[in-house]
Amino acid sequence: MTDAAATTAAPQTLLKVEGITKIFGTLKANDAVDFEIAPGEIHALLGENGAGKSTLVKMLFGSLQPDGGIIKWRGAAVRIANPMQARALGIGMVFQHFSLFESLSAAENIALSLDTDVPLSHIAAEAKRVSAEYGLPIHPDRLVGELSVGERQRIEIVRCLLQKPELIILDEPTSVLTPQEADKLFATLDKLRAEGKSILYISHRLEEVQRLCDRATVLRHGRVVAHCVPHEETANSLAAMMVGEDIHNIERTASAIPADGSEPVLVIDGLNQPPTGPFSVPLENIGLQVFPGEVVGIAGIAGNGQSEFFDAISGERPQSSADVIRIRGKGAGRLGPSGRRKLGAAFSPEERLGHGAVPGFSLSQNLLLSRHASDAKAYLGPLGTVRSGALARTLDRIVEALDVRKSGRDPVASSLSGGNLQKLILGREFDRSPALLVANQPTWGVDAGAAARIRQEIIDQARGGAAVLVISQDLDELLEIADRIAVMSDGTLSETVPADTVTRETLGLMMGGAAPEKHHDKRIAEMEAAGEV
Amino acid sequence: MRVELIRRPNPSPLFSAVSPLLALAIMILLGAIMFALLTPKGPDQIVTLQERIQFSSTALYTYFVEPLTEIWSLHELLIKAAPLILIAVGLSVCFLSNNWNIGAEGQFIVGAIAGSIIPIVFPGFGGPLVLPLMLLMGVLGGMAYAAIPAILKARFNTSEILSSLMLVYVAQLFLDWIVRGPWRNPEGFNFPESRSFNADAILPEIVSSSGRAHYGFVFALIAALVMWFLLNKTLKGFEIRVLGQSPRAGRFAGFSYTGTVITTFLIAGGLAGLAGIGEVSGAIGQLRPVISPGYGFTAIIVAFLGRLNPLGIVAAGLVLALSYLGGEAVQMLPGGNISNKVASIFQGFLLFSVLACDTLIHYRIRIALRAGAAG
Amino acid sequence: MEMTEAILLTIATAATPLLIAALGELVVERSGVLNLGVEGMMIMGAVTGFAVAQMTGSPWMGLLAAIVAGAVFSLLFAFLTLTLATNQVATGLSLTILGLGLSGMIGESFVGRPGLKLQSWEIPGLSDIPLVGRLLFGQDPVFYISIALTAAVWWFVFRTRAGLTLRAVGDSHGSAHALGIRVIRIRYLAVLFGGACAGLAGAHLSLVYTPQWVENMTAGRGWIALALVVFASWLPLRVVAGAYLFGAVTIAQFHAQAQGIAIPSQFLSALPYLATIIVLVLISSNRRMTMRNTPASLGKPFVPER
Repeated sequence: MTDAAATTAAPQTLLKVEGITKIFGTLKANDAVDFEIAPGEIHALLGENGAGKSTLVKMLFGSLQPDGGIIKWRGAAVRIANPMQARALGIGMVFQHFSLFESLSAAENIALSLDTDVPLSHIAAEAKRVSAEYGLPIHPDRLVGELSVGERQRIEIVRCLLQKPELIILDEPTSVLTPQEADKLFATLDKLRAEGKSILYISHRLEEVQRLCDRATVLRHGRVVAHCVPHEETANSLAAMMVGEDIHNIERTASAIPADGSEPVLVIDGLNQPPTGPFSVPLENIGLQVFPGEVVGIAGIAGNGQSEFFDAISGERPQSSADVIRIRGKGAGRLGPSGRRKLGAAFSPEERLGHGAVPGFSLSQNLLLSRHASDAKAYLGPLGTVRSGALARTLDRIVEALDVRKSGRDPVASSLSGGNLQKLILGREFDRSPALLVANQPTWGVDAGAAARIRQEIIDQARGGAAVLVISQDLDELLEIADRIAVMSDGTLSETVPADTVTRETLGLMMGGAAPEKHHDKRIAEMEAAGEV
Repeated sequence: MRVELIRRPNPSPLFSAVSPLLALAIMILLGAIMFALLTPKGPDQIVTLQERIQFSSTALYTYFVEPLTEIWSLHELLIKAAPLILIAVGLSVCFLSNNWNIGAEGQFIVGAIAGSIIPIVFPGFGGPLVLPLMLLMGVLGGMAYAAIPAILKARFNTSEILSSLMLVYVAQLFLDWIVRGPWRNPEGFNFPESRSFNADAILPEIVSSSGRAHYGFVFALIAALVMWFLLNKTLKGFEIRVLGQSPRAGRFAGFSYTGTVITTFLIAGGLAGLAGIGEVSGAIGQLRPVISPGYGFTAIIVAFLGRLNPLGIVAAGLVLALSYLGGEAVQMLPGGNISNKVASIFQGFLLFSVLACDTLIHYRIRIALRAGAAG
Repeated sequence: MEMTEAILLTIATAATPLLIAALGELVVERSGVLNLGVEGMMIMGAVTGFAVAQMTGSPWMGLLAAIVAGAVFSLLFAFLTLTLATNQVATGLSLTILGLGLSGMIGESFVGRPGLKLQSWEIPGLSDIPLVGRLLFGQDPVFYISIALTAAVWWFVFRTRAGLTLRAVGDSHGSAHALGIRVIRIRYLAVLFGGACAGLAGAHLSLVYTPQWVENMTAGRGWIALALVVFASWLPLRVVAGAYLFGAVTIAQFHAQAQGIAIPSQFLSALPYLATIIVLVLISSNRRMTMRNTPASLGKPFVPER
């Protein structure tokens, strides 16, 4: 069911998509999708995680083939069999998870996406020209593996622009940018629109879409549910279209700490960590305290040391001195994850498959992953035998508490959707009623319903007495659930500020504002001078 | 035209069970074709299709069925199966943890040498303690030799595939030297072999009246049961399997990567060493320059055919032992031009088929007729 | 003087098959595929080369046949690992097991027969230069091929668009696929090239090095070639250094045995294998270098989303 397409369309249509369908096994990722884009238009593709946006644009770019429907370019039906054909038509794509080659230089990366064999020096010169013209600074000769996330995105955009596209598809571009960097990106997009190019802008961030986009198509569960003009809608009406039901509003009572002088559950004091490899971020002198009953948020865009920080706290990379990290008053620095869990800590990593869970193992087996040391009595018998019955009962408990949807009684982890697997992984930790919970990107890639549930649970755990530390790239999420927020930038942590006194802009400035890569570039230059790179 | 793989959401239980059987069927088919091509020419120097089918069926029967028809032959089957199962069980522990121990042949040899120290260097030492000590030293010898690639991997990040394999050549050369040199039988007319073990040092037969099968097979069954239990029912086994599939999840769980590398290699080396001394003291009775027809490598095939499950490995070991016996039997067919390499060819065919059929467990295969999509 | 010259000559002859096989495998690994079947492809090349040379009377025909045999044999590996996405380690091993068995069977009727040797090319004039003359200009044709091949592989991998694409596929097959690069096709071509090289290397053994057929005559050289690729950090010019180093070790033990040095011959024969281990340890313990140079998608199966 679609609203009537806007009849005030531009004189001609650049791209028209009719009845596009894509099926994976039993899942209809896209179901009879219709929309159109005019030249010189910025068109938003709205929808929550799992709505089918990425699948749809992969078909526009030739990476996937539709199972039904027609794509029309400038009025003529076309078959886009592969990315080369898409490029030849004039469709360019900037991927959300960049498709760059880390061991090759920026110029070489750009060369690979051009279909003709242009000499490298030529490409470097052209890249510099485009980057200057659109305000997207890059270093053509550096290896991509050494570059910051922001610069990698700029390379993706420059690469796309060099192919002289008529339609540029951007997939969640601001998820890796500070608010100030996002503004600069929007200026670039305005310039492109003024030149008559069209942009298909995929996002689930409503304010951006309202600010930037001329028209929007809203997807839910693979189907188009609305075509609209974003700035004529409110954020609430857009959200309602995206989700289709009332999203349970987060209830947050004020945190009652630390008025009674309670001791912090987690104390980090002078945490330093050298980089693990040529491209990782060193941690410098990090200090932090988390009290029972509160949620502390760590803001920052990817690549500033969050994974390294998580590994340091979880014990996957232990410290050399015990007192650098104290859990419930005990020096835990030299302990591994099992030792820290025995002290009452629980951890939920950013990556679900391969880190938080083993994809090929059943759900009940995955419970054992983080519970074998802290809950040995419950799950292990004599000679270290595993009590499958106890695991199965715990699984049922968690599935019920968090409404985890799955196929069959105990399927393998890889068969669950992102949101459901995340609920399971967090539920596994919630089930322990831990004294300390550390979660890294708890709602990344998770649909809105599950995300709301998870956020509420996190707050409830805190109010129930746990000390909670949430690392997240989503500023809105942190503003919603955290009591205090600190910013991680290039391996250093700022002081915490109360969440109710701070704004997105302030946080953005703390993240390095418009030049977050200053430190990163300086460090790479030092490494180059020392001959290490 | 292209072959496309579509991932199944859950591994197919049907194909998990059927895949080894399908692989066996393909191996037999390929073997049938090979035998048909090798049909000896009659007096008229032409071979008809009928003659080929005839020969091929006879050869297949001789290869796969005949060895199972006589008791003494079944004993030989157990003799060959014992080292295959012992080694493969150890290998399954390694492979499940993503440690590719290709050097089991070398660990087998070193175990055999270590276990033979008592009967060769101290031939006067007798009594009931001799055999248990020999077996123990065999196990320790294999463990020590397997520890080398393990430490190199854990400490120096060196490829265990290449290091363990290089050590196979070293072990073979060492055995050759020791048997022709310091341990050559002083009463042996200068043949390259050690002295024969005295009776206390021989691993006894299980049912000596009906055949030669020795207790090595019993050890193999025990090892399979113990390892099956370890891998599937205990936390240690869980640790091994997690680290093999998702090393990062293993780290998250607090499991030690280096600890598992060493543990799994020691288990595999110990079992291979036991197989080595078992073969020497049970089947051969002395040390010779060549004591293995490639058990360490064939055991890799056994491990995969048994789907890395110790219980499946028992069955797979018997199948591959049969392939050795069949190879010997088929050489005696009239016409007589079947090479003694035919066993290793069957084994190679089998491994290929097992790997190909295993794909069906995780993927559906679709043959697409249209061209164009990138791949 | 003559002794030194003789030694240098034999080092080159010993190094040549290692160099060729390693260059082939380097290209394969640069595309992200690990083919442990080099030993199997090499021995198939050796037996085919010998057999065809015997049957046609021409060692050159043997050489050509060996190249084809290596490539065809590698196709089996390619089909399983690239089209059916099987485990690359196990599939490579099975290629070696099958190759050793098949070659043994094919070669049985040729054991003991005197071989046909590929004649050396003496470049008139230049080959008379003392010491280096015969070394550089009086070698067998495969030696010259190996030098040309080194230059060609280096130029291809680092100076051409196709080589850039190859390196991209080895770095990240997911990103390459997203850009429209045909990952599977490129890997098929790489594997075939590796097979052809291994076949050629094997033929050198049975047509130049020791012109006869002996079962298992590769004696682990295929595995040493694999180690060489790691040792050279996937750089063609370093492969040359490694191959000649190993050639020297191999020859050292022959000459030591010939001189009657009082070390048991088995210990001397073990030297190349021990040297391989030592060299591997040295290279891989430098984690920094390993992380930077290893093709990031090496050994990982690739199944494109459809």
